[in-house]
Amino acid sequence: MSDTTTQQIQIDSHSINFGPQHPAAHGVLRLILEMDGEVVERADPHIGLLHRGTEKLIEYKSYIQAVPYFDRLDYVSPMTQEHAFALATEKLLGIEVPERAKWIRTLFSEITRVLNHLLNVTTYGLDVGAITPALWGFEEREKLMEFHEAACGARLHANYFRPGGVAKDLPAGLEDQIGAWADKFGKFIDDLEGLLTSNRIWKQRTVDIGIFSAEQALAWGFSGPCLRASGVAWDLRRSQPYEMYDQLDFKIPVGRNGDCYDRYLMRIAEMRESVGMIQQCLAKMKPGPVKVQDNKITPPSRASMKRSMEALIHHFKLYTEGYHVPAGATYTVVEAPKGEFGVYLVADGTNRPYRCKIRATGFAHLQAIEAMAKRHMLADAVAIIGSLDIVFGEIDR
Amino acid sequence: MADIAELIAGLPGVTSIAWARDELIANADRDGLVALMTTLRDDPRFLFEQMMEMAGVDWPERADRFEIVYCLLSVTHNHRIRVSINTDEATPVPSIHGIWPVATWWEREAFDLFGIGFSGQPDLRRILTDYGFEGHPLRKDFPLTGYVEVRYDDARKQVVYEPVKLVQDFRNFDFLSPWEAMTTLPGDEKARKDGAP
Repeated sequence: MSDTTTQQIQIDSHSINFGPQHPAAHGVLRLILEMDGEVVERADPHIGLLHRGTEKLIEYKSYIQAVPYFDRLDYVSPMTQEHAFALATEKLLGIEVPERAKWIRTLFSEITRVLNHLLNVTTYGLDVGAITPALWGFEEREKLMEFHEAACGARLHANYFRPGGVAKDLPAGLEDQIGAWADKFGKFIDDLEGLLTSNRIWKQRTVDIGIFSAEQALAWGFSGPCLRASGVAWDLRRSQPYEMYDQLDFKIPVGRNGDCYDRYLMRIAEMRESVGMIQQCLAKMKPGPVKVQDNKITPPSRASMKRSMEALIHHFKLYTEGYHVPAGATYTVVEAPKGEFGVYLVADGTNRPYRCKIRATGFAHLQAIEAMAKRHMLADAVAIIGSLDIVFGEIDR
Repeated sequence: MADIAELIAGLPGVTSIAWARDELIANADRDGLVALMTTLRDDPRFLFEQMMEMAGVDWPERADRFEIVYCLLSVTHNHRIRVSINTDEATPVPSIHGIWPVATWWEREAFDLFGIGFSGQPDLRRILTDYGFEGHPLRKDFPLTGYVEVRYDDARKQVVYEPVKLVQDFRNFDFLSPWEAMTTLPGDEKARKDGAP
């Protein structure tokens, strides 16, 4: 044999730059990967490429003006982000929203959950090579976007859940349309599962990849489907219920292995539960006011402003000065589709938040990628990123 | 729920504890933080397995201008607590990344945005701001517009940083009307001199 065939080739570790413009990075993630051959030795995410200074901007805005910033955090599930801020402000103001507003919020929280999980599951499929789920899923998302549009006038940046209630009541007929969609959606999940759940390639790419034990998941601040996939039965909708969740009948799926496949199964199972909750909300909703009747906090009706001087003054004061929130601080959380989304809101008695710290769910999840992807193949790192459901609007704030 | 407050009040390092709006808030000593947090996590009475959030707050008028708030959650007992400590610009806070590894990024964030130091944190790099950024943007004395702006220079074929040029002055509307925000109106002090409240 010649010398060339017996030569040993030394593969040294080298680093590669994954992103920030990479289709599987789910946004603008720059990941510095130190590789040993094709095995990831160290993963160092560089975030902040989408940093817009949301928290600083909110300090210069009135409470009403701060709400739209929350849509632009996790732009895949806008309404649940607003929800945390609205609940925090209401807590500091000491107000209780009317029952119909609570039902509408619960209903749209669940619609948002389906929206979010549809995008995650299908683009996750795209990341690991399945194109059809994304094509199907986006059609269903489009229907849900239309419900968003009908309720608030915008497909994505809703600005719908506001402190004191919701912006306006649902238009006539929307509840029936949502009901008709909910009746058919279960069949779609079956179809989607038919493409993925028992798909051999899909399972090869996700089963036993990125396993995280319950202890690890707790230590790394996981929440939502990622925590439940690791076997921790924890859901804020059940354990610390807000709005109308204590009146709904739903199950909480819990995984066993904490791998990418379980995280996918959690989201599929949650979508099924969400459809059930949407139907229950529709059945239990009754007509009524959708915002508190205090015109210092919510605007008067357009019609009354034409006739009443007081209503006109209220409208003007509300949209220029806003309302003053009593001094205090609160950490208020909701179960967003990705996990615990919280707002630590500090008020100093003026019309602007003194400090508004946003607890981004993905911030904790992304940090764990170092621990999860270690000693995995490069292609598995992509699968792990997809399974964590990260969105950079939220992480970078 | 009330007894957990008493139990935590007896722990070393806790200076005060209070309920506000159904939320438990403890103020703690900076130096005993690691021991206190370890107890809160491991003691079977508390079992705060998760650190969900860490927020810095800047109070420039205080001697210890930074407040750091740790939000802990126990999924076993279903309770939450906020532990709050204070520090100034020069004194670092003990890092708790050894207790909850998730703390690393939040400590990096507080370092980046407020300039708070964390002793014992091996990875204290900036996280959210640009590479080479100067200053700590969430401090109250940092202007909203910042100091530099970025544009692509077509002649030099590269991105350049320049001092911020505002086309119009930054407008900060003061809506604090005397009827709502001022507790003492000009001239009130004269009325009080006569003895009438």
